[in-house]
Amino acid sequence: MSAVTAEHDDHHDHGPAKGILRWIVTTNHKDIGTLYLVFALTMFFVGGSMALIIRAELFEPGMQFVDPQFFNSMTTMHALVMVFGAVMPAFVGLANWMIPMMIGAPDMALPRMNNMSFWMLVAGILLLASTLFMEGGAPAAGWTLYPPLVLQTGTALPFAIFSVHLLGISSIMGAINIIATIFNMRAPAMTLMKMPLFVWTWLITAFLLIAIMPVFAGAVTMLLTDRFFDTSFFDAAGGGDPVLYQHIFWFFGHPEVYVMILPTFGVASTIIPVFARKPLFGYASMVYATAAIAFLSFIVWAHHMFTVGMPIAGELYFMYATMLIAIPTGVKIFNWTATMWKGSMTFEAPMLFSIAFVVLFTLGGFTGLMMAIAPVDFQYHDTYFIVAHFHYTLVPASIFILMAAGYYWLPKWTGNMYDERLAQLHFWLSAISVNILFFPQHFLGLAGMPRRIPDYAVQFADWNMISSIGAFIYGPSQLIFVYIVYKTIKGGTGEKVTDEVWEGASKHGLEWTLPSPPPYHTFTTPPEKVPTEHF
Amino acid sequence: MKKTKQLFAALTLMVLGLGSAQADYTLDLMRGVTVISNEVYDLHILILWICIFIGIAVFGTMFYSIYYHRKSMGHKAEQFHENTTVEIIWTIIPTIILVGMAIPATKTMLDMDDSREAEMSIKVTGWQWKWEYEYMDNGIHFFSSLDEASNEARQKNSGIDPRSVPHYLLNVDKPLVVPVNTKIRFLFTAADVIHSWWVPDLGWKKDTVPGFINESWTDIKEVGTYRGQCAELCGKDHGFMPIVVIAKEKADYDAWVEEQKTLAIAEANAADKEWAVDELIAKGETVYANNCASCHMADGAGMPGTFPAISGSAVVTGDMDSQVDLMMNGKGMMPAFGQMLSAVDFAAVSTFIRNGLGNSVGDSIQPSAIQTLQPASTEEDDDE
Ligand SMILES: [Cu+2]
Repeated sequence: MSAVTAEHDDHHDHGPAKGILRWIVTTNHKDIGTLYLVFALTMFFVGGSMALIIRAELFEPGMQFVDPQFFNSMTTMHALVMVFGAVMPAFVGLANWMIPMMIGAPDMALPRMNNMSFWMLVAGILLLASTLFMEGGAPAAGWTLYPPLVLQTGTALPFAIFSVHLLGISSIMGAINIIATIFNMRAPAMTLMKMPLFVWTWLITAFLLIAIMPVFAGAVTMLLTDRFFDTSFFDAAGGGDPVLYQHIFWFFGHPEVYVMILPTFGVASTIIPVFARKPLFGYASMVYATAAIAFLSFIVWAHHMFTVGMPIAGELYFMYATMLIAIPTGVKIFNWTATMWKGSMTFEAPMLFSIAFVVLFTLGGFTGLMMAIAPVDFQYHDTYFIVAHFHYTLVPASIFILMAAGYYWLPKWTGNMYDERLAQLHFWLSAISVNILFFPQHFLGLAGMPRRIPDYAVQFADWNMISSIGAFIYGPSQLIFVYIVYKTIKGGTGEKVTDEVWEGASKHGLEWTLPSPPPYHTFTTPPEKVPTEHF
Repeated sequence: MKKTKQLFAALTLMVLGLGSAQADYTLDLMRGVTVISNEVYDLHILILWICIFIGIAVFGTMFYSIYYHRKSMGHKAEQFHENTTVEIIWTIIPTIILVGMAIPATKTMLDMDDSREAEMSIKVTGWQWKWEYEYMDNGIHFFSSLDEASNEARQKNSGIDPRSVPHYLLNVDKPLVVPVNTKIRFLFTAADVIHSWWVPDLGWKKDTVPGFINESWTDIKEVGTYRGQCAELCGKDHGFMPIVVIAKEKADYDAWVEEQKTLAIAEANAADKEWAVDELIAKGETVYANNCASCHMADGAGMPGTFPAISGSAVVTGDMDSQVDLMMNGKGMMPAFGQMLSAVDFAAVSTFIRNGLGNSVGDSIQPSAIQTLQPASTEEDDDE
């Protein structure tokens, strides 16, 4: 079935299957990584289009384009698609491509399951998207799917729930694969405390995923039985409690947001030292801080529910526990700053996006700290203030870092250099417009605009218009990225890149010791030496 | 052109990072009109300044480094990668700051929680998509929903400029009236899904959860009108269930209470008289627009898959008693209107939908007949 493409060492190497089948049946970590990344990028634009519909409707007061119900479907689907279709799969794609190459392994530990978890993701997202065309419309109760409201969903409800099951199974399989790979496939010299931080953060993330996805699956299954099998887990009339759902959901939901941010930290910790030409500052404390954040993520969930009517002891406990998160997060930000300090910095696109991430994520962290203060959160909660907060921790954080990762590793993956000038344009357009888009939302929230409303009082008009303008610059400027990626795959600037690509990068990661592009199978024998500069 | 100008003004403001140009333009949390809301505001400002201070320190260092430690400036990279002392310092200092924040926050939290010794109680029930208020001490009871002017303007492509509507989306047909300088305890619950009752000037919001009672309190210090909105996504018209609280001097409040009692008696009398069919249909049309049209649509066509049509409906064109029963007690997403509408309104809308919206059954029902079917309402157990 295969053609011999390359011979290295004494291993009889075989290349990919021909044609479309290569992508359907592939068990190669690089191919599956590519599939994940392409799928995530596609979903980024699908979810982004939904956001643009939202921002178009909010451009001016009054209802112009959509009905309120459809508007609610858009906010719900935008979040679900972005979280489960774009950000998470993008990081799984990076993990697939990079973890084996970073730890000196030939492939992921469980290649067939790898293929299956990708296609299950596609099935889950397609099922979710199909609800848009069902009677009664797509789910419109917010991505948190709170009952009793979510039980008013039309035909779409069981389909959305089944899609959550599929996405959950897919994530769990991906997580198991990553853990198995990291624990079993490392080159002998690659001890745990020599692993790149991207590997460390993903290891911890994978454990989070295994712990939380079943909880979410359980919560939505309880919704299913409440609706169709006469249980009353969340119905007070039958002895249940709607707030119980919120506790279960956020026990999943809070670690879930760290699933999207911990690998982000990992990529930033990988990129910043390379462009500062310095070792990462405080490697060990970065690992411990990541573990601490992961642990804390399990014991702070009810800070999403301060207004739900908890006893005072609960309010105080969740306030204190949440405030603690600021400490390990602060350590990370200080470490990145210290890594840049007295370096010899250059500002290629990966570095620009990473610096913007550190700055803008810190802003999101500040508002997070503000909202940890329970009595003040009684004002902030469910307003545009929190919309601004979590978008700062997701868009100029996770999404920016994904862009940084794309620029950083694309030359390695393709063997071609991307167009730096266009990438700089992409960066500056994104960095400016993302702030025009989200910064005014802080003002809107503080001034009293609730989230998830399709129309608003006229005193909110100006900032909404500015925010929408930001969205209409930010969205289309991401097409530049697609163009750059396409051009790079097709040959890029024409110059062939070296194995190292970035000056001194091979001191920081094993992947830079491989040819660019790397052969279909790499590290069929483990490397003897691994970068040790962290110590 | 006006919009372009506004936009330009706003952009300029943003560039300059300055405060407000328009009077009703706010960038910050409001101080509010209670002791608690002021405490909350002070806490907010305290944390904001702490964050700004830390931000200046961190970003200052970072940008200094970005400027001076560039390769293009010829800076050579040093190779340090650890410093235990520094790492301990920047773990301990934030911890101390956090403790400093937790102390006033705990105090405010405890104050907010203490609803003892309230002088009056109001029960607030969230409905899709209106608020029900019950004064536990004097039996006043009414529903409060989006005012008609906003409701017309907010329809898709209504052609009405929202800027021409006073307090667009923040106005109601019947506001909540309360006395100032009185500790008022609120009890919150919901009839269908979770809502959240939020008036920023009071300094907090509280979720209304079906089947459960939440509690909160306020003591308003200034006479005035305070506006807010439902803050928890509660379905299609979540954006259209505002809250208006009017705080009056105690004497004015007492006068308002008397007025409400008189009105309640007049309403009860209206239910006793015999109504002409045309009168009922005419009144029913308004009742329909205010209570039914948001789901069943203004023309009675409904929304396929979610809200059934009224036009040609088997229930509406069938037996009057089963239609009244459905409206009275609700079913699924259909709320129980038995306690939401007065007998007159109930009879009027029941008659209207059978003789309008494309239906022509031809019969009618009198308010007095509805009254016998209604669950015990506050008007009747007035003064026990
Ligand atoms: Cu509501």
